[in-house]
Amino acid sequence: MNLALFVWRQKSPADSGGLQQYEARDISPDMSFLEMLDVVNEDLIKKGIEPIAFDHDCREGICGMCSQVINGTAHGPQEKTTVCQLHMRNFKDGDTIYIEPWRAKAFPVIKDLVVDRGALDRIIQSGGYVSVSTGGVPDANAILIPKADSDRAMDAAECIGCGACVAACPNGSAMLFVSAKVAHLALLPQGCVEAARRVCVMTETMMKEGFGNCSNHYECQAACPKGIKVSFIAKLNREFIKSLAKPSEAL
Amino acid sequence: MILDGKCPSGQLPLKWDKHRQELKLVNPSNKRKYKIIVVGTGLAGASAAATLGELGYQVEAFCYQDSGRRAHSIAAQGGINAAKNYPNDGDNIYRLFYDTIKGGDFRAREANVYRLAAVSNQIIDQCVAQGVPFARDYAGYLENRSFGGAQVSRTFYARGQTGQQLLLGAYSALSRQIHAGSVKLYPRTEMLDLVIVNGEAKGITVRDLVSGEIRSHAADAVCLCTGGYSNVFYLSTNAMGSNTTAIYRAYKKGAYFANPCFTQIHPTCIPVTGDHQSKLTLMSESLRNDGRVWAPKKQGDTRHPSEIPEDERDYYLERKYPSFGNLAPRDISSRAAKEVCDEGRGVGPGNRGVYLDFGDAIKRFSKEKIQERYGNLFDMYKKITDEDAYEQPMRIYPAPHYTMGGLWVDYNLQSNIPGLFVLGEANFSDHGANRLGASALMQGLADGYFIIPYTIADYLARTKPGTASPEHSEFKKSKEDTENLTRRMLSINGRKTVNEFHRELGRIMWEHAGMARSEEGLKKALELIPQLKAEFSQNVKVTGTGTELNQELEKAGRVADFLEFAELFVLDAMQRKESCGGHFRTEYQMPDGEAKRDDENFRYVAAWEFRGEGKGPELHKEPLEFENVHLAVRSYK
Repeated sequence: MNLALFVWRQKSPADSGGLQQYEARDISPDMSFLEMLDVVNEDLIKKGIEPIAFDHDCREGICGMCSQVINGTAHGPQEKTTVCQLHMRNFKDGDTIYIEPWRAKAFPVIKDLVVDRGALDRIIQSGGYVSVSTGGVPDANAILIPKADSDRAMDAAECIGCGACVAACPNGSAMLFVSAKVAHLALLPQGCVEAARRVCVMTETMMKEGFGNCSNHYECQAACPKGIKVSFIAKLNREFIKSLAKPSEAL
Repeated sequence: MILDGKCPSGQLPLKWDKHRQELKLVNPSNKRKYKIIVVGTGLAGASAAATLGELGYQVEAFCYQDSGRRAHSIAAQGGINAAKNYPNDGDNIYRLFYDTIKGGDFRAREANVYRLAAVSNQIIDQCVAQGVPFARDYAGYLENRSFGGAQVSRTFYARGQTGQQLLLGAYSALSRQIHAGSVKLYPRTEMLDLVIVNGEAKGITVRDLVSGEIRSHAADAVCLCTGGYSNVFYLSTNAMGSNTTAIYRAYKKGAYFANPCFTQIHPTCIPVTGDHQSKLTLMSESLRNDGRVWAPKKQGDTRHPSEIPEDERDYYLERKYPSFGNLAPRDISSRAAKEVCDEGRGVGPGNRGVYLDFGDAIKRFSKEKIQERYGNLFDMYKKITDEDAYEQPMRIYPAPHYTMGGLWVDYNLQSNIPGLFVLGEANFSDHGANRLGASALMQGLADGYFIIPYTIADYLARTKPGTASPEHSEFKKSKEDTENLTRRMLSINGRKTVNEFHRELGRIMWEHAGMARSEEGLKKALELIPQLKAEFSQNVKVTGTGTELNQELEKAGRVADFLEFAELFVLDAMQRKESCGGHFRTEYQMPDGEAKRDDENFRYVAAWEFRGEGKGPELHKEPLEFENVHLAVRSYK
């Protein structure tokens, strides 16, 4: 099939950028979206035009590197799917496709479709962990965890840190990302010891990094390739309120 | 030269304890004076950087991805082995050791493998303490499942995303150290050279992938944790960025490259659909717990699998290996799949595929149970192939997945260059000629959490901190060389893209040095690779400049190294005139087609030394001594 693409091209962070039109020819429905872009890029290189820069790595939907807004939707039209797992059979011959980078105040564009998501790492660095050093820990089965809690923690822990939730949110909020980490650890006995401190520092860093707040659009849940539910944002809020009841020296 | 792995003497189970007693320590207040560079933030790199940071060293960590959470360890699906024996099914450290050494077809060091098995239990404890949500039963205890090459259930898992959860655990420990200031992380930064001062590894030269700046970093020791080189085959289950550049350039600076031809072809991957394919996707080995592998008995049978009656199906793994059945090790299962396809009994496009059938398992348990165990894998399969594996069997075919070869290291994980340590898949040490499932995660974390913290101290305690500086002439030279290399790449301005060269190299390697290798084919490869390399240096087209984010330039550097490395790989495959593990030479096989190992002549590690451009590499051997296990013909029948 043949497709018309409008792709965001931006030379550098300082450049204002704009949409450029390209053609994708002889695309097989078995190709992934990124393989379609590979074809377009090979063609551009042969013409001496710089190929479209985009982040990608594992191409199996787990590393969280790929990050494109396709026709206005983060990661494109298929539910619970990263761009690299989106296949061209979801499009028709003659379609026009608009491809843009993640758009959010906290994710400055580096080049074309590549953005800087360092803010998400800085949120984790501020406290998204159990403060345990290597060695000197109890036997793994000494900590019993009810299956339901463990499963729910895993539901949250599946987050791949791609940032689609932020790109999809009209407020550019990272609440789904933060809530997934807060909930994952707060649901487990190993993590709940530090839960109050963790939720405070992580939300504080989130605000400082320029992410907006949640006003219940649920766009994040719709865009999340791992199907992480907004109910974790409720859990985040609950953890936050609980932390307020703690004396400040306990945080 | 005969190489010495410096394994400690004494009884096998006591070697590591005894060795730890003998290793020197660095006192706590002196640790902060030493700087350690860690390259790569996968399981080995992240766990090493975090643990060394916790101990008080100054650590600088580097990764080419945009975050420390994305290295390809994250894609490991099935699980991690440990000798906990929680299921009470007869497991212990010795059995894990034995299974691993036998699985590797007796081409690994006993002492290393035993140590790996011994620390395996600590890894599980550590990960649970970090909050890794391993699967649990209703009483809250940890669950286990089975993996290939073992008759016990010793694999811990977190749904189909075990690698992800373990890496996020290590990444969280790393993040904690970044916050504490003991680790400085440089994302989007790629190592392009190793710097050696007075014969010791004292730093690296890197390219900042965003600004294009090439600069050097000095330290007291360097740890390479940069993964494997399966992408030499172009199509593999590795991430697009996975490469051999860091270890290959260390090789060119004098580090020995061991057993480069030992590569693992994983039996259960989604088959290739066309030329556009950029990578292959693994379907976890854990699927073989419940899935049955079969092919039609008749050649060229194009019927829909549901129309092929039971008695016209050949469950060839169960038939050939009754005691291990569908859980035969990876090398054996892959070769068996190739055999049935070579016989014309393959299915799907190009007839390169076999079925992995869950029909019986769904009948025995329920669709829901199978969904709970492998739901994410079935979803992924559907997205890629547009087929529903609950309704019809999956189609699978082998694909390059893991490389047992890597830089040569001694028992301390130190290469032949003092101060250069190599961890995880990047080294050669623990898996011999074939790695068992769920052992890569174990090795990465064992090296990073529990081995390097001890062994690196022994080296550091013998050196003065802060002796190297980026002002030293070796650093300046390395920086200049790297800048020249980049400039040259950009100036060729030929007509073929980097991908075209990579694809062509992959075709050569897969055809002549893939699942079955022959003297004739390898010779052919040795003809074709230098031609392709020469063409690359004349005719590659790299767009853009060196002073910006330039993904073509990044790829060009990696493919240039793959082109050189491929020759070394083939040379190694040629000299090893035996079949063992994943290395199958068609000339050396049993009458029944099984691998024919030659312990008398090839019971050694082949370590290659670079002797300069235009000169062939020199082969050094490290003889493998087996004091505890009996060298047997590996049988899974």
